Amino acid sequence: MACIEARGLRKAYGKNMALDGVDLRVEEGRILGLIGPNGAGKSTALNAMLGLTQYQGDLTVLGRNPWTQRDALMRDVCFIADVAVLPRWMRVSQALDYVAGVHPRFDRFKAEALLARTDIKRTSKVRELSKGMVTQLHLALVMAIDARLLVLDEPTLGLDILYRKQFYDTLLNDYFDHSRTIIVTTHQVEEIEHILTDVAFIDQGRIVLDSTMEAIEARYFEVMVAPEQVTAGRAFKPLVERQVFGRSIMLFDHLGRDQLAGLGDVRTPSIADLFVAVIGAQQSKRPGAAA
Amino acid sequence: MSASSEIPAVVPNDAPQSGRSVVPATRPLYWSIRRELWEHRSIYIAPLVAAGVVMFGLLISAIRLAHHLSDLPHFDPAQDGGVLALPFGFAAIPILATALIVAVFYCLGALNGERRDRSILFWKSLPVSDLNAVLAKAAVPMLILPIVAIAVVLGLHLAMLLLGTAVLAVHGLDPSPFWTGVPWLNVEVTLIYLVAALTLWYAPIYGWLLMVSAWAKRAPFLWAVLPPLALSLLEKIALDTSNIGSMLSYRIHGGFTEAFDDDVVGGMHRLPHTGPMHVDLPRIDPAQFLATPGLWAGLVFAAAFIAAAVWLRRYREPT
Repeated sequence: MACIEARGLRKAYGKNMALDGVDLRVEEGRILGLIGPNGAGKSTALNAMLGLTQYQGDLTVLGRNPWTQRDALMRDVCFIADVAVLPRWMRVSQALDYVAGVHPRFDRFKAEALLARTDIKRTSKVRELSKGMVTQLHLALVMAIDARLLVLDEPTLGLDILYRKQFYDTLLNDYFDHSRTIIVTTHQVEEIEHILTDVAFIDQGRIVLDSTMEAIEARYFEVMVAPEQVTAGRAFKPLVERQVFGRSIMLFDHLGRDQLAGLGDVRTPSIADLFVAVIGAQQSKRPGAAA
Repeated sequence: MSASSEIPAVVPNDAPQSGRSVVPATRPLYWSIRRELWEHRSIYIAPLVAAGVVMFGLLISAIRLAHHLSDLPHFDPAQDGGVLALPFGFAAIPILATALIVAVFYCLGALNGERRDRSILFWKSLPVSDLNAVLAKAAVPMLILPIVAIAVVLGLHLAMLLLGTAVLAVHGLDPSPFWTGVPWLNVEVTLIYLVAALTLWYAPIYGWLLMVSAWAKRAPFLWAVLPPLALSLLEKIALDTSNIGSMLSYRIHGGFTEAFDDDVVGGMHRLPHTGPMHVDLPRIDPAQFLATPGLWAGLVFAAAFIAAAVWLRRYREPT
């Protein structure tokens, strides 16, 4: 069963289309990275899936309509909207008490065990914790909830690299088990691409790429083209070409590895490079785009 | 089977788990109210501080009075006990006023603060409906604060009774008029009735404040207060009538007059002149109060405002 199924999802703020016909299907047990530039509609799309905002079009999350059946949906869905939304006055022990009190699927022992690995004291207030610790606390609360869908919207924004790395390692090792689905948005794509099973690029309220990681590896190749092969490489119409240390790096779509091997070193592009190529191509196609 | 040895260890964990999937509807409400009390400790601290101030003042006054007593060898508690009984009624006023002020500012912040600090995104990530969250917040001024105020006043009365007894006893005077002369049951029933009646009477005000709190982006106090004042001013200037103004003033003062028998409602003010030990309490009149159209109209408005607050919390964009 699809965990999320969106067809023609639209959302307008005045004349600005935050979502302009999003079609997206996320199967259960996947980890999807939703990647897009600022203002592309990532948060709006997530808010629609979480029943936080109204929308037009068809959207089903775990078989439910997220807007009209939000209260029931929230038992199966969990989200971290931002690093800074835990109430600052709350004590760690109160946060545990409260979530245990209201959430039927919260496993307090698991949360305590996760917290025991950190330096967070039960008696501390959230405002006394560092930003990294607040995120650790939030993650511990969320991971102790036996949810079927976890949505993370820029969960590590503003954290240093140690916390960021630990965040995703913990998530992958202690939470993800192929019966759950995770959707994550972040600007630090390179840090999460190794945990993703699927990736979707969103730009101007539209999905411009939606693919499994395997399919991306089979479809896109990046070649560090030998100087004498540059003209031959360009004949293959690369999606994008950039210069690194005087060498041309070309990104090709829908060409076989064998065809490209003669040009130079062939490798799978990073999601970040692919993102720049795909979104860049999108933006130059747009009427009125800067030359 | 190898698994059988693990079953005893697993069952205790699983048993509550299977039961946990069905949460009684009152459980999220209970925890939502508890969390309001965690966040807003002024709900019980402010009335307690007010009681402490009253008690401290009375302590000083008791010492002064005690000197006075020893100067007057003919002091007769049976004659003059009424003077000592007087403060019990007045002592409740600062506590009730404090609770009222706390209620007003609590309501103004309740649905505004969570959006300003974005913690609403945390609250909304949990299976607690907007109806539940708003009802928990409405319960604070309409249920929790009245109970706290009554409890604090009862405690204060007890402390005052013990203090007065001690002062008289120390000076070898008979403290029994305190215990027998003051109509305690009557005093406390009147107090509880007053708090209950005012809470119902002010329900639309609390509802209005909660709704403005859910609606206003900032400065909920100004949005709550200025538009009604502006409307009544406009009416006065444009039509030279003051229907809105008198409606607002009726909402603020009317609770007292409707809840008590008209003839005796001023009794408190005449109290010092009505003679010793004659504690002339305002006479409660629940039948008249319940028959007041203003009460029911107010409750309808309160329900509408709270429903609007629920709707606003649900429909507002989260950022």
